[in-house]
Amino acid sequence: MARHYLDFEKPVLELAARIEDLRAAQERGESVAEKDLAGEIARLEVRLARVNRLLYRHLTPVQKVQVARHPERPQGSDYIEALVEDFVPLEGDRRFGADKALVGGVGRWMGKFPCVILANDKGKDTNGRLARNFGMPKPEGYRKAQRLMQMAEKFKLPVVTLVDTPGAYPGIDAEERGQSEAIAGCLETLLQLDVPVVSVITGEGGSGGALALAVADKVVMLEHSVYSVISPEGCAAILWKEANKETIPLAAEALKLTAQDLLGLKIIDAIVKEPVGGAHNDAQLAMARVGERVAAEVAHVRQAKGGAQARRERFLALGA
Amino acid sequence: MSWLTDLVRPSIKTAKKRELKADVWEKCPACNGLIYEDDLKVTLFTCTHCGHHLRWNVDARLAHLLDKGFTEIEVKLPADDPLKFKDRKKYADRLKEARKATNHPDAFRVVSGKVLGQPVTVVALDFDFMAGSMSRGVGAAIATAAQHALAHKQPLLAITASGGARMQESTLSLMQMARTTAAIVALKEAGLPYIVLLTDPTTGGVTASFAMQGDVHIAEPGALIGFAGPRVIEQTIRQTLPEGFQKAEYLLEHGMVDMVTPRFAQRDTLQRLLAHLTAHAA
Repeated sequence: MARHYLDFEKPVLELAARIEDLRAAQERGESVAEKDLAGEIARLEVRLARVNRLLYRHLTPVQKVQVARHPERPQGSDYIEALVEDFVPLEGDRRFGADKALVGGVGRWMGKFPCVILANDKGKDTNGRLARNFGMPKPEGYRKAQRLMQMAEKFKLPVVTLVDTPGAYPGIDAEERGQSEAIAGCLETLLQLDVPVVSVITGEGGSGGALALAVADKVVMLEHSVYSVISPEGCAAILWKEANKETIPLAAEALKLTAQDLLGLKIIDAIVKEPVGGAHNDAQLAMARVGERVAAEVAHVRQAKGGAQARRERFLALGA
Repeated sequence: MSWLTDLVRPSIKTAKKRELKADVWEKCPACNGLIYEDDLKVTLFTCTHCGHHLRWNVDARLAHLLDKGFTEIEVKLPADDPLKFKDRKKYADRLKEARKATNHPDAFRVVSGKVLGQPVTVVALDFDFMAGSMSRGVGAAIATAAQHALAHKQPLLAITASGGARMQESTLSLMQMARTTAAIVALKEAGLPYIVLLTDPTTGGVTASFAMQGDVHIAEPGALIGFAGPRVIEQTIRQTLPEGFQKAEYLLEHGMVDMVTPRFAQRDTLQRLLAHLTAHAA
C-alpha cells in the first residue's frame, strides 16, 4: 500500500519516490548513465533520514495535530496485537450495546503481568473506520469501560488505557443515551479504583472523551501526540469566528496541546520518543517503546501503593 | 387640529412610547411576548404569557432560593491566565470585562445557608461570566464547596449554567472535570447528599462531570442540557435536530434527570429532598 504523506512531508515524499524509482531500475538491471545505483540509493536514504529528522524535530503544533491524526499511526488494536499476550477481548455494557471505537479486554502486558486494557481504535480503511465510528465512542463504550474498570478492581488487575480519539461521539443517539453521564461515570469510577491506572495518549487526546480514559496515576504521551479541550478547528471556529488556514494554526498554538507543552504544565508525567519520521514511520519501534514505558510506570505505581487517594490528590491539585 | 392630524397622531405616539419603554420591557425568547420588567421580578424571571423560564442572574437566584442570612464561602483563586492565551482578544482583557460586568471574581458563587430551614452548601455557576465556562477558578469553587460541605456535614447543591470548558485555559480547564469529580466522590463517600439543579444552558465538560454525578438531578423547564452543543451535532450528522432535543423535558423522558421543576416549586422540592435525605444523618 502506498504510504500517506502529510503536506509538510513533501521533501520526504520526493526523496522516497526517487529511491523507489532507482530501486525499480536496479531490479530491472538497468544502469542509469554511469551512476552506481546502489551507492546512489544509499546516499538518498541517508538524506531521507536526515530530512525526516529535521522535519520532525521542528514540528509546529498544527503539524503535530496532523501527525497525531496520521491514518497509518498505530491504532489500539495494533498495540494490543504487538504488546498484549493471550489477549481476550471483552465487549458490551450489559445495558444497550457494543462499541468498537473502544476496545477492551484482559491480557498479559508484554507477557509480564495481567491487566485490563482499554484502547481507542479509529479503524484503518473506510469500512473499518465506519465500524469503529472513527474512534469516537458512544455512551455504551464508556459504560463498557466502567464495567471493565470495576472488573479490574475486583480482580486486582492494573488498568492500561491507550487513548486516541477525536472525542466522544456528538450525535442524537449518544445524547439520548446520556453521553455526559457515561463520561462523568468513567471519571468517577477511575477515581475510585485502588489498582494502578496508567494512560498513554498515543494520538489524539480529544477533550472529555479522552479524559474519560485518562484519569490515571501516570499519564504518558507519545512525542507527537496532542491532548486538548477542543480541536484547533473547533477552537478557531468559536474564538476566531472562522476555521481556516490562518486561524487553525493560531488556535493550535494557543491551546498548548503538544506533549512538550503539557509536560511543562505538569498535566502529563512523561513523553515517549517516537521513531524518526513519527510513529507511522516505524510502528513496531514506536509500540515497543510504549510497551516498555507502560510496564515501568505500572511497576512504579504498584510500588507507591497510593491507591485511589493518591489519584484523587493528583487531580485535585491540577490547576490549584 | 384637523381630523387628519388626529388620525395620524396616535401612531406617532406609540412609536415614541416603545422607544421610551425599551428598558423596562423584556421580550420573551420563547413566545416573543413583551413582559414588564417589574413583573419578571415577581415571576422569578418566568414569562407572564407562556411560563418560559428566562435566564436568571445568579445573585437574584440565590437571594430567592436561600433563607435570609446566608454566608459567602471564600474560594482561593489561582493566578490569572496561565497560558497567556490570546485569540482576537486577550484572555486577560476578557477576564477584566467579565469581572467588571458581574462583580464576581470568576464564573461562580459559593455560599452556605438554608433552604426553608434545611442547611446546605451551594455552588452556583454564573452564566453572565464568560458563559459560566469551567476555569481553574470554577474548579476551585466546586472543590471548595464540596470540602466545605464535608467539613460541616452539609448536603451540597450545585446550580449549573455553563457553555462548557474555558477554552482560554485549554487542557488545564479539561482537567477540572477530573478535579471536580474527585471532590464530589469524596463528598458522596462521606454519605452526604449531592443535588444538582440544572439550568439553561448546561453543556460540555460541566455536564460530563459534576453536573451528572448527583444523587438527585433537578432540571429547570426548557433548559438546554447536553454534552455536545446542538450546532456541533448538526454539523457532524448533517441533519436537523428533532423538536425539543436536549431540553429538560427530553432528558426527563430519557431518564437523565429525576424531575423538571419550575422555579416556583424549587424551594419546596429542595426542602423536602434535603429533609428526607438527611433524616438519618448522625
